[in-house]
Order: sequence, then C-alpha cells, then structure tokens
Amino acid sequence: MDNLIETEARLWDYIDGTANSEEASVIKRLIAENAEWRAKYHELLEMHSLIATTELDEPSMRFTKNVMEEIARLHIAPAAKNYINNKVIWGIGIFFVTLIIGFLGYGFSQIDWSAANPNNNLIDKVTSVDYGIMFNDNFVNGFMMLNVLLGLMLLDRYLSNKRKQFQQEA
Amino acid sequence: MHTELTDSDIISSVLQGNQNDYAELVQRNQNFVFTIVLRYVKDREDAEEVSQDVFIKAYRSLADFKGNSKFSTWLYTICTTTCITFLRKKKLEIHSLDNEKVFAVADNVDGGLSANQIEQKSKVNMVNEAIRLLSPDDAQIITLFYKGEQTLDEIAQILGKEPNAVKVQLHRARTRLKEKMQKHFAAEIKDIH
Repeated sequence: MDNLIETEARLWDYIDGTANSEEASVIKRLIAENAEWRAKYHELLEMHSLIATTELDEPSMRFTKNVMEEIARLHIAPAAKNYINNKVIWGIGIFFVTLIIGFLGYGFSQIDWSAANPNNNLIDKVTSVDYGIMFNDNFVNGFMMLNVLLGLMLLDRYLSNKRKQFQQEA
Repeated sequence: MHTELTDSDIISSVLQGNQNDYAELVQRNQNFVFTIVLRYVKDREDAEEVSQDVFIKAYRSLADFKGNSKFSTWLYTICTTTCITFLRKKKLEIHSLDNEKVFAVADNVDGGLSANQIEQKSKVNMVNEAIRLLSPDDAQIITLFYKGEQTLDEIAQILGKEPNAVKVQLHRARTRLKEKMQKHFAAEIKDIH
C-alpha cells in the first residue's frame, strides 16, 4: 500500500514537472521498462488531462459593474509602509527587551548568593535563595506586572495562531 | 499595433487615479475568484457577494501590492482569507472528508441523477461535479494548480504553507478526486477507458 502511494507520488512529481532531472530520468526509465509503472503512469496522466479540462464558474453578467459601482465610493488606502515606520517598531521592541534585561540584571544583583550552603547542590542553592528581596519594591512589582501582561499577550497570539492553523487544516 | 496591458500596467494606472481601469483587472480574474469562492461557499448568491468583497478589498489595498508576486497570487491570498472570514462569520460548516455530510451530499448527487442524465454528462461536468464533492481545501488546491496558473511555491504563499506540504496536499487531493470519480461516476470512467 505504502509502495503504491510512493509510486503515485513519484509519478505525480514527474507529471507535474517538479521532479529533479536525475529523478525524472529514473522514472522515465521505469515507465519504459516496467509494465506496472507504465500502466500507473497512463492512469495518472489521464486523470491529469481530465482535471485540466475543468471549466471555471462564471458570476453574473453584472458582476464587474457591481464591483465598479462599489469602488466608485471608495478610495485606495495609503500603503501600509507609508504609515508604519519600521524604526518605531524596532524601537518599541528594543525598549521592552532592555526593560526585561534590566529587570533580570537588577534581580540577580539583589540576590544574596552566599545565603545558600556551598556544600549543597545547585537545586538546593536555587531553592534556598531569598527571592523576597527582589519583590520588595512597588516599582519592581510594576515591572513584573508589565512583563506578565506582555507574556499573556504573546501566549494569546501564539494560541490564536495555532487555532487559525488548526481551522485551516480542518 | 495593439498590445495587451499587463496587470502591473493596469495597477500603476489605477494607482494614478484611473479608477475605471480596475474593471479590466476584475474581468481578467472574476471567473477564477468566483470559482475559488464557490469551493468554500456553496450558495451562488453568497459566493457572488464574497467575490465582490474580494475585489473591493483588493482595490482598497492596491497600494500595498508590492509586485513581488503575480497580482493573481496576491488576489487569491485575499480570496482565501475573505472566504475563511465569511465562513467564520456565518458559522457555516466546512465540509471535511471525514464529515459524514459530505458523503450524504455525494450520495444525493449520485442518487438524484438518472442513468440517462449521467450518460449525457460530459467528462468536464463529471470532473467538475467530483471536485464539488471534495473538501474546500482539496477543491481549492486543485483549482489553484490547474486553473489558476499558480506554481506550487505560489500556492504555498497563498495558503501560508510550505511548498512541500502543498505538494503532498495536492497529491492527496488528486487521489481523493480519483476515488470520488470512481465511486460516483463509475459509468463515465468506463466510457472514457
């Protein structure tokens, strides 16, 4: 079964002209020498020609007129590149990255690493750190909230992209 | 000597304020856009409305067309997103191959035709009917490849997928089309052979 699917896929590549020259010559030889491949090739080629004969549907006679009447009331919107300045977007991005790095740097500089027992392993060291030192300031807490908010926005974007992808595949 | 204007020439002209030239772009692409929309929206009236919307959106965003791709590729991208938005809004059901309703629709098509009617059907109609029995995604990819003069790379751009994924999808769509034809139009296939 898998073999048949693979044969068909290779033949379609050959018919569509998407097979590379090496693969194309291998398939050409197989078609010439192998009766099974030849039969399958003719079957797919017939299918290919049949699909190519299909006709497009036509909208009503007034279609173009209707569109032109609609757009007569509209104006072409200015190109997005004219009002979206990439420098501004990069600037906003750099601002937030700097904010996060600054916050992390400040946080780590406040940690009293000596509080942990040097004989303990890394996990013990991390768990014994007093994180409360980092969150004793309203200003720092504000930054934290901002980062959490940004994180949630990113998560929302990621999940909605996934959903879109899933709906397209469905 | 009369030479036909290219899509780019027409777009430049429209952008310079010659709105009427847009009619030529509509005429060139309307059948294809309408066919693609019909793959998603089964009702002709709705399909016409959505197709109009596609051309209106394209007009509004014409200044954003950078010319990196063919105008048709760009237009079909708008077409696909407009169809999906329409279906989402209307909460219409997109038939999938696993959906029993597809088979019910297929059975109705088959069952509603007398032997004589089937015999009178041309090969072209048979393939068109079989394409209508496919899922919108399969029907669209076949239409884009065979009638839209789009390469696999361009289809990938339209659908927002990888070219290899599009190639596999196209292979599968053709296999499913063959199955539909064998199941519902066995008599014609026999005649063809």
